Order: sequence, then C-alpha cells, then structure tokens
Amino acid sequence: MSFLISLAWSALGLAIMFAVLSVVVLSMVWLERKALGRLQLRYGPTRTGLFGLMQPIADAVKLIIKEDIIPDDSEKAIFWIAPVIVVVSAFVIWVTIPGGDSVVIRHLPLGLFYIIAFAVIGILGLVLAGWGSANKYGIMGGLRSAAQLISYEIPVVLVAAAVAILAQSLEMREIVAQQSTYPYLLVLPLGFVIFFIAGLAEVGRTPFDIYHAESEVVGGPFVEYSGAHWSVFFLAEYINTFAIAALTTLLFLGGWGGPALPDVVWFLFKTYAVVLVVFWVRGTFPRLRIDQLMAFAWKVMVPLSFYTVIIAAVYRFYGLPWWSLTIMSAAGLAVAGWIIYRRMTGPARRVAEVQRQLAARRAATGART
Amino acid sequence: MTDPTAITTPIPEGVPEGTQPVEMLLNMGPQHPSTHGVFRMVLWVDGEKVVDVEPHIGYLHRGSEKLCEGEQYHQVVTLFDRMDYIGNFNNELAYCMAVEKLMGLEVPERAEYIRVILCELNRIASHLLYVGTMGLDAGAMTPVMFSFRGRERVQALFEAVSGARMMHNYFRIGGLKEDVPDNFRQLVDELMPLLREDVEQSDRILTFNEIFLSRLKDVSPISADEAIALGLTGPLLRACGYEYDVRKAQPYSIYDRFDFEVPVGLDGDCWDRHWVRVQEMYQSLRIVEQAMAQLSEGPVASSLGRRLIRPPAGEAYVRAENPRGEIGVYLVSDGTDRPYRLKVRPPSFCNLSALRRLLADTWLADSVVVLGSLDIVLGEVDR
Repeated sequence: MSFLISLAWSALGLAIMFAVLSVVVLSMVWLERKALGRLQLRYGPTRTGLFGLMQPIADAVKLIIKEDIIPDDSEKAIFWIAPVIVVVSAFVIWVTIPGGDSVVIRHLPLGLFYIIAFAVIGILGLVLAGWGSANKYGIMGGLRSAAQLISYEIPVVLVAAAVAILAQSLEMREIVAQQSTYPYLLVLPLGFVIFFIAGLAEVGRTPFDIYHAESEVVGGPFVEYSGAHWSVFFLAEYINTFAIAALTTLLFLGGWGGPALPDVVWFLFKTYAVVLVVFWVRGTFPRLRIDQLMAFAWKVMVPLSFYTVIIAAVYRFYGLPWWSLTIMSAAGLAVAGWIIYRRMTGPARRVAEVQRQLAARRAATGART
Repeated sequence: MTDPTAITTPIPEGVPEGTQPVEMLLNMGPQHPSTHGVFRMVLWVDGEKVVDVEPHIGYLHRGSEKLCEGEQYHQVVTLFDRMDYIGNFNNELAYCMAVEKLMGLEVPERAEYIRVILCELNRIASHLLYVGTMGLDAGAMTPVMFSFRGRERVQALFEAVSGARMMHNYFRIGGLKEDVPDNFRQLVDELMPLLREDVEQSDRILTFNEIFLSRLKDVSPISADEAIALGLTGPLLRACGYEYDVRKAQPYSIYDRFDFEVPVGLDGDCWDRHWVRVQEMYQSLRIVEQAMAQLSEGPVASSLGRRLIRPPAGEAYVRAENPRGEIGVYLVSDGTDRPYRLKVRPPSFCNLSALRRLLADTWLADSVVVLGSLDIVLGEVDR
C-alpha cells in the first residue's frame, strides 16, 4: 500500500514537473524572440496578445496541427524513437535539479552524477535522428553532434568534479549550501567560464550550433522532421538550455541563496539571467567551424578543465585560504584568454598593420592612388 | 568532373575490402538557404572536407541577351535592371554608356553627377547586402538587420528619385528620365550621416569579431596572378593586393574628378574580400559627398530627348566597375532601332567560374562562406 502511495506521489511530481517545464519553455521562446528582436533593431512579436505573450502558444498550436511528414526512405522505428530519446533525457535530469531548498522531486545523494550521466543520452537521440531520416544533411548533422557533444562533455564533467571537490558532495542541496558565504563564481572563475562555454556547446547554442547549422546542414538531424516530431526536438533543446542555465546557477552562482525574497524567486531570477546571456551570445556571434570547435575543445577546454580540477584538489588537500584558489583560477583564465585572443585576431592585426604602412607611404610620397 | 564515382583520396594500406573511405555526393541547392538564389553545387565530400565541386547554373536563365535584340534601345534599360538586381543603377549606366559611345553623345553635366551619386549609393547598398548575407553564411544573425537598415534608407532615396525601390529604369541614353525631385539635396544630406552610421555599425559588429575572423581568415587564399588567370575582377581581385579598379584604371563617366582610394587586401582570402568591400563603402561615401558638393543646376537629358534612336551601324565595348566587379557591354548596331547583338560580360558569372579552384582543400562549412565571399547575383550569372 505504501508503495502505491509513493508511486502516486511520484506520478504527481512528474506531472507537475512536466507542466512547469512546459511553461518555462513557452516563456523562453517568448523571451528569446523578444530579446533577439531588441538586439536586432526589431520589436519581436507584438500582435498575439499583450507584448506578443501568446506567440509561443500560437507557435505550438501551429506546429502540432501541421502535417507530420515521414520520409519514405527513413528507418521508421528509429525515426520515431529518436525524438523520444532526446526529450526523455531532457526531462529526467530535472528529477533532481532543485528550484529551491524543498522545491524538488527527489534530493539524490549523487545528484550531480545523475544529471551528467543522463544528459549524455540525448546525443544518442540526435545521432539516431540524423541516421534514421535518410538524409545526407541529417547524417552530417548527426555525426557532427556526436563529435561535438562528446568532446564538450569532458570539460563539463571535469569542472563539475572540481565543484564536487570544493563542496565535498554530489548532492545539489549540499553544493548550494556550501556557497552560502560566497558563490563558487568568486572561488573558481575559470571553472565558471569553462562550464558556461562548454554548456553552450552541449546544448548546441550559438556559437556552437554546428550540428544544426542552418546555412550549412540546414537543420542537421532535424531536417526531415516536421510538425509534432520537430516540436519535440524544439522542446528538448529549450529544456536543455534551461537546464544548463540552472546548473550554472546552482554550481556557481549560489543557487537559490539570496536575501529577502523566497528561494524559488532567487533561483528563477538567476537562471533567467543566465538564459538571457545565452540569447545575447546568440545575437552577437557567428558560428565556429567543426575543426575549430574540436580544436577548441581538446586544446583549450580540456587542459583548462584539468587545471581547474588540479587547483581545486590542491586547495582541498593543503587547506589553503579560499582566495588563493580565486587567484590561481583567475590567473589561468587571464593567461588562456590572452593567448586565445592573440591567436584569433593575429591575422587581422597583420592586415591592419600593412594597411597603416601603405597609408603612411602614400602620405609620404603624396601620390594619388 | 570526369568520373563522378572516382575516389580521389588514396586508400590507406591494409584497409579491409568494403570499409574504404567513400566520398559522399552532397547536393547543395537550388533550394538551400545559403546558395544566394537558385545556384546549385554538387559537392563531393570526404567527411567534412570538400574534395570536389561541380557548379550548376541556369535555373534563372531568361535569355536577357536575346531579349535585348527584340527591344528598342530605350526599352533595353529595363532588361539591364533585371540582370544584377542588386546593383541596378550601375548596370543601367554600363548599358547607357555603350549606346552613348556608339552614337558619340554628350551627356549633360548634371546628369553625369546624378548618375555617379546614384551608382555609388547603389554600390553601398549592394555591399551592405553582402555584409548581411556574409554574416548569415558565417552563422551570425544580427548583422543582416543592421546592414538592411542602411540598405532600406538608400532604397527609400531611390524610390523618391526614380519611383521604384529596385527596378528603377531611370537612366536614359544621353541622360536621365527626368530631373531628381526638388528636395533631392535635402534628402541626400539627411541620408549621408545615417548611412555612414549604418556602414560603421555593420562594420564594427562583424569585421573584427574573433569568431568571424577565424572563420574567414586564411580560407581559400588566392594569389593575384592566379586571380587574373581565372578572370576575377572587382573586390575579389583587389583582395589579392592587385590594385585594379576600372574607375581608376580607365576612368569613365566623371570618375576622374573625384578623390578616392582603391582599398586592397593582402592574402586574397575570404576575410580580405570582406574587408575590401567594407572599405569600399567608406570610399563610396567620400565620392557621394564630393559629387554632392560639385552638383550644379542644368539639363539632365541630351538634345536627343525621348525620340526613337537609331545608332549608326557599328560596334562598341564599354566596361565599368560594378559592385561585384568589372561589367563589360558589347553592343553591335546595324542601324535599326533595335540592337543587332548585345553581349554582356557579367562580373558574377566570371567570378563564379573560379569556384572550383577556390573550394579546393576547404571544409564543408567553408564552401558556404567562400560562395558568400564571391557575392554572386544569380540574375546576372544566368541572365
């Protein structure tokens, strides 16, 4: 009997989670369209409801009533199962992502481990989607997503390990409690940057939206999907984005900690702030190329995340004061950032320099070009 | 492409039968978001690397050159509008100059100035479109909004002048259709600071962006010698460091009266092409400012008026610097009221012919960027 009651409670919890996440996705769609619009000299949606607030609902209705086309050559079973895998893996990690001290379905002692383990499964769905849709763009996108997501999983895991070393726990509640005096953003700035960048890559957001790059592979794994099937991928992508923002908040921004307001409000405030930064990045940057993406993962992110783990361990082992970790982390960030910046802008600075010399020579000789 | 099934990459030793690397044929276009119209590329890709490419054109072929033979000389202007539909005024100018050269017509001073002003503004509008689409090709979605704001402003001026935003049909043989509106000077004076701001903003948001740089710099570089051998002109040639601009090399219209520079690149790669185009916009702004200062009152049409014209039998070839490169118009007249033959050397078509060379040893994602850096207009390629 007690088993049945706990089962009923679990079902209720899952239903609430599903409803809340759906509302979150709708709000994010609206927020993204508005934020991008403002970045791009536009208004974003204005016609559907006040401030266009009903636009995501209109979008959802349109997507669901559209014809769901399944290509003749596709592997039907794989084509059907792929969106399910993606969306299930996107949802299950929310079982243990807390929105407040008691706002959670289940506090798992190995919560962080559970989240990272289940987040990876979504990759399988993307690869299957690309493979099953019998489309060359889909295959390219699926293989790209496999390469990209697995590569960027490593820095995410390592930085999460560094945080776990600091907090000496894998339970999300404990990690947040450890940050009550100062958030890990101040202790481990390098870890924050790595986690955020790798997180962008994990959810395929600009500048790492390579596997569904519109101008190259025309949507990648999603190219043959339409209607409700496509909207499931869409849903999963937004939930994943929100999950990365929530994890950034929980691991580095002090979670739901904050004065005066209820903890859920603080959590949502911080998470949506991170989400807005994600949208801001999308409105600003072009996309990397696949080789640059992989090089960035293996030559920059992975070594830096190893460095993060090592300094966290050294700090723990010798019981150093917390600001010494800040200094080590910030120094690593500054050195790496400087080197990357020099490397990326080097060729252009050469062109600008030659142009300056040319202009000087013209001015000296007084020649009209 | 001789044998489409031929594998050009060497198969490593000891690879078991049936597991050799196989190149994939990837059809890109004519319905693809970044082929700039109805262009089709058949790519042979080895993973993410482009092995070979076969371009297919002709989806927008309308037989413009043949149509010209059936129209009277004044009517042909509309057909030139529709070839390079991003640089309409420049195209109209090239055609009008060809007929004027054949007839030995003198164009009134004021008409020449207005032509130059409109052509240079059109060059800016065309390059702004390029900057926006280049951003989209590289994956940035914001620059297109900034550059289109400037383009819209230019087009609003064009509409005030000619009545049409794109297919203007405004230049006439020997002058213009009619004088510009009375408030033309005021309109341009209002436009110029706004346009300069738009150009600067779309320059700042993209040109030195670190990711944009790493996407475009050192992608498909080409030497000046090779560029000349391939027949590249315009910004593509200047990006290689070869200073060639028809406006300077063989000044037409009244371009010898203006002080402007010809920006050149260094390496001839995609980023240098982008940089050259951006710098050209600043130079065009300079030309427009000088032309506005020198613009005087007077007639805008030659003594010819709007009469039916019959150029003397003969032939003429003119060239002009279009936004995309050097346009050549070869006109043969047999003394009737219609051209006997009209051949166009469209810059996009000649630049596009270098695509296979430019795509050698690039990535799949680069193929989109390289095509974007060629800045083709399919209306002109297919005619």
